[in-house]
Amino acid sequence: MVVNCEHVWREVSNYLDGEVEPNLRAAIEEHIRGCTRCAAVLYGTRNVIQLYGDDRMLEVPLGYSQRLHRRLDENMPSNRRSFLGWMVAAAAACLIFGTLEVTRGSAFRVPQLRSQLAEPGNGVPPEMLVVVSENGKLFHVAGCEYIHEKTKLRTVTAGEASQEGYAPCVRCLRKYLADVTHPAPKSTLPSRPA
Amino acid sequence: MSPKRPAEQLNESILIRRIREGEHELFYELVRPYERRVYAAAFAILRNEADAEDVAQEAVLKAFKHIRQFREEARFSTWLIQITVNEARMRRRKAHANIMEPIADWQDEEGNYTPRDFADWREIPSETLERNEVRQKLAEALAQLGHIYREVFVLRDMKHLSIEETARALGISTASVKTRLLRARLMLRDLLAPGLGGAWSSKLSFEKGAKPW
Repeated sequence: MVVNCEHVWREVSNYLDGEVEPNLRAAIEEHIRGCTRCAAVLYGTRNVIQLYGDDRMLEVPLGYSQRLHRRLDENMPSNRRSFLGWMVAAAAACLIFGTLEVTRGSAFRVPQLRSQLAEPGNGVPPEMLVVVSENGKLFHVAGCEYIHEKTKLRTVTAGEASQEGYAPCVRCLRKYLADVTHPAPKSTLPSRPA
Repeated sequence: MSPKRPAEQLNESILIRRIREGEHELFYELVRPYERRVYAAAFAILRNEADAEDVAQEAVLKAFKHIRQFREEARFSTWLIQITVNEARMRRRKAHANIMEPIADWQDEEGNYTPRDFADWREIPSETLERNEVRQKLAEALAQLGHIYREVFVLRDMKHLSIEETARALGISTASVKTRLLRARLMLRDLLAPGLGGAWSSKLSFEKGAKPW
């Protein structure tokens, strides 16, 4: 096989990539040995491939990789899920806290008695109307002679009185104190004449 | 590009499966070997660092978001470059009015190409590239190519994709890759050869006809 210059120029790229048949390769090499122009084209093209194939020829901008990773970070579902997870956890915590607060404020709350020595009572009908005084510690049946500060009385239900920390009067509401399962420290309660 | 070892490919398949199953952070590991190549592909089309970086980020993000659509009969790297090329081409189309394409784009792809420069350019030491001036001249010559030639040249000769991978990434035939590659190589040789005013002799202050090394 014999090739001319134009044939060599058309195939120089394939030749350098090793993509020509053995017969054509041999013919090209034979031609180049006697043709300085084609040799110049071949070696020059080879130099171009070598020069541009060097990693130094296409450097990425400084910080490129970091910026790329940061962009990925911003779009990672795991991060969004994590954020969402935090939001859900926070919402759940608020809900639990709120529920506790409501519970504490509800009828289920055990009221703090105004008197540490009084007994909370047992089985007082919550709808029963009773009277309390502003600075007193007990609630009474209306007309009880043991009511203090009779000028500052209000009528409330027994339930409301209990919520406000009032305890049943040991006189007029004695019957509701008889079945108390955890008695107050009576030993410290000064006995009072009936 | 040297063929990927089976173990590497297997590892890549495992990575992709685990990412699809929710281990998203493994995507960093999957994409790391191709980050530079993605940038190069974008730069080959856009010829602008900022645009190339922006497109590279968009392409990597798109690959991550659509990882379930990746079909494993292709290589992940080829798929990623395809996305990059598409993104870059879209960007270029949008900015087309503002881009002056080099004269080489107007040349007939099918016609014969005759080398202009026949000066001897035989030896080339790699140390030449240590010089910024040389790299700059090479970059300028590359920028003078039409984009259809530059795309092929960058992927094939600078990022070492195979002919088939380059064709797939650019959505063209292997025959077109070979034709464009030949043109690109010969045009660059003409632009750089130390004979008829090539970059080495005229613009780098070398004596006419003398080799720069």
